[in-house]
Amino acid sequence: MSTTVSSQTVTLRIWRTDGQGGGKFENYTTPVTEGMVVLDAVHAVQAKDANDLAVRWNCKAGKCGSCSAEINGAPGLMCMKQLAHMPLDQPITLEPMRAFPTIKDLVTDVSWNYRVKKEIKPFKPRPADAPDGTWRMGQADVDRVQEFRKCIECFLCQDVCHVLRDHQLHERFIGPRFLVHIAALEMHPLDTEDRLKELKDAQGIGLCNITKCCTKVCPEHITITDNAIIPLKERVVDEYYDPLTRLWRLVFPKKK
Amino acid sequence: MADYQTHEHDVLVIGAGGAGLRAAIEASAGGVSVGLVCKSLLGKAHTVMAEGGIAAALANVDERDNWKVHFSDTMRGGQYVNNWRMAQLHAQEAPARVRELEAWGAVFDRTPDGRILQRNFGGHKYPRLAHVGDRTGLELIRTLQDHGIHMGMEVYMECTVVRLLKDGDRIAGALAYYRDRGRFVVFKAKAIVLATGGIGKAYKITSNSWEYTGDGHTLAYDAGAELQDMEFVQFHPTGMIWPPSVMGILVTEGVRGEGGILLNSKGEQFMYKDIPDLYKNQTAKDPEEGWRYCTGDRNAQRPAELLTRDHVARCIRREVKEGRGSPHGGVFLDISWIKAKIPNAPEHIKRKLPSMYHQFKELGDIDITKEAMEVGPTTHYIMGGVKVDAESQMSRVPGLFAAGECAVGINGANRLGGNSLSDIIVFGKRAGEYAAKYAKEQSAPALHNDQVEAAARWALEPFDRQGGTEGPYNVQHDLQDMMQDLVGIVRREDEMQKALEGLGKLRERAKRAMVKGNREYNPGWHTALDLHNLLVVSEAITRSAIIRKESRGGHFRDDFPAKVEKFGKVNLAVSKSADGQMDVKEVAIPEMPDELKQIIKEMG
Repeated sequence: MSTTVSSQTVTLRIWRTDGQGGGKFENYTTPVTEGMVVLDAVHAVQAKDANDLAVRWNCKAGKCGSCSAEINGAPGLMCMKQLAHMPLDQPITLEPMRAFPTIKDLVTDVSWNYRVKKEIKPFKPRPADAPDGTWRMGQADVDRVQEFRKCIECFLCQDVCHVLRDHQLHERFIGPRFLVHIAALEMHPLDTEDRLKELKDAQGIGLCNITKCCTKVCPEHITITDNAIIPLKERVVDEYYDPLTRLWRLVFPKKK
Repeated sequence: MADYQTHEHDVLVIGAGGAGLRAAIEASAGGVSVGLVCKSLLGKAHTVMAEGGIAAALANVDERDNWKVHFSDTMRGGQYVNNWRMAQLHAQEAPARVRELEAWGAVFDRTPDGRILQRNFGGHKYPRLAHVGDRTGLELIRTLQDHGIHMGMEVYMECTVVRLLKDGDRIAGALAYYRDRGRFVVFKAKAIVLATGGIGKAYKITSNSWEYTGDGHTLAYDAGAELQDMEFVQFHPTGMIWPPSVMGILVTEGVRGEGGILLNSKGEQFMYKDIPDLYKNQTAKDPEEGWRYCTGDRNAQRPAELLTRDHVARCIRREVKEGRGSPHGGVFLDISWIKAKIPNAPEHIKRKLPSMYHQFKELGDIDITKEAMEVGPTTHYIMGGVKVDAESQMSRVPGLFAAGECAVGINGANRLGGNSLSDIIVFGKRAGEYAAKYAKEQSAPALHNDQVEAAARWALEPFDRQGGTEGPYNVQHDLQDMMQDLVGIVRREDEMQKALEGLGKLRERAKRAMVKGNREYNPGWHTALDLHNLLVVSEAITRSAIIRKESRGGHFRDDFPAKVEKFGKVNLAVSKSADGQMDVKEVAIPEMPDELKQIIKEMG
């Protein structure tokens, strides 16, 4: 496994916290092996030079969404980023996701996300279609929902969302991850719950101004903005704003 | 003890993969207070990596399927050393558990008439695996997670249990630490459900994550429970082997279920060269018949590529050893060839196997719709685990339950693909149900301060070591190398004796492994503590494997390559003796009732 194909090395410039609320970048150099991903390099550093370097990971195959970080300033999964696809003549900078408080080094406190999810009304199916308690749904009817359910909860979309990252509106806006979650529930063919009022009010869907940053970073390639957020915005508009518009237009018809 | 944060629950579930979540849901539904402890963040457990599907005789695709066929397939796959009662309950209850997932919001792929679609898999007679592309585990864990968080359970994330606490013979609680600050937490509980998964990190090449360090196995062993069948480790035949950094990552059996074929360097479909007698009647005569099976021809038998995992893994090893391997020491797995058979093959492959497509594209620079993958065996699963009662999942320690991979029973000597996801929800539910019932009948246990203090002192010891020369990662890597080389896919007495000696030395090194830094989110410290668990399970595997002088399922002995009848009648039970030594003994398998014997006979 340690077959070094060349004498090439990589230098990682890793954010190390100091336990006092601050931190600094430290450089670590490690040999590069074929096919190595950023997370492998971090593990090599951890095993040899920095046993106490904190990093989250589980599957190492882009399926669990644990190893989210900012790699050369771009949010991504460290397990899916091949060194061969990056310039190695300069250090690779690794930072924790900046939209969340840092616990240590590359590990952030993402517990806010778990609190947000708990507030979202759960799935509520219609009565079963068949006497044996099962339902009938066509594949075409579930394709869209299955796209949303690919989400691995890496929270990279939350990390890049300027409403959360720059404006820190965590109390008023649930972020793209949970708009996708709600879209998956609302568009589930069996679901009977209504979540539009919360979407408009407490969950702040209006705060999203469709810059599509979330869509760009999604490692699962979910079309977050176009397929999840915009249709939800339309539903909210249809429910809460459309009748007023119609009334308005009745009184003040558009001039041709 | 006043220094420690303390939480009290009726039922404490340790591990939040499919089995743990399902147990916690059921216990909560039983009206008791439930705590759920997980080493990672919620929803990241190993279940998330399960790909191919969940085995349940729903009979949506082939109406000839029923629990009896599933039971018979499971026993055959396990080479008849399974706990037959668990195999029966599993086959009978899996369909209801899968339908329940749909009621909780899971969205499986659909049949043309709108029901849950099922796919072919190794060792299953009919298309039986309910699935969502090749990300079924994600669907399962997310469904359970999103349902569970509304059940009133308390979730303790990134929290690792160090030791179980007892009040006399019975379970009383557990000492754990939070990873973030490294602070201890004491859980007081009437019942504990272990759902900690497997042991893959005892090996170098594995599909398992850092979490799989045999925690539940060891916690139970140290608390006085028995382990069983520890010699049966599953080496999944198809892991990635190139590039080196991805070695071991799983390539789902679903690739073969969708028609993927295994080829050696000569282009031979080598799986047809050696069909075990047990499967002669159920296997296609030639690749053409195999393909017809994959496309739904009900008169065709399944392709040789879909023989059981133990057999396929050994065939791959044989091809490599005899010089017919791929450039990087594996064989070729090709799904792209189906373009000769069906229109729009690339789109079909991407739709049925989306994660495989991305995994190879992004990590291996290979387009699986155009070229073959290189694959080889990877440590994937342990059939062995905590010995439990089939109905209740309780171990011999009153109040200590286990479910899922860390428990033993349904799989025997080899697990069929897809039977793990069904195992975890069938027996997760049972464990939760019976743990809640047990807890309701019990008074509160007493926590004993000396036990808590001793466990806490032990856990902090790595920080106090002076003058050591190495960190825990060195010891872990050497252990993994040794187990891979000496107690891996093919085993021999002399090599395993060497491994036993090696384990003794590694244990000494583990006791001296130094930890740098402080207690805050310190993976070095966590690894130092995990070493104890890895060493216990490695020893249990090695000692059991030495005693089973035959080859059966996942356990293959070069020096005893045949099955031996007498070993077909026993399981090997591992326990800690009074002097702290590991004791392994043969235990007779109870006689199967006539009705089950009859089923197996009928299924031929």
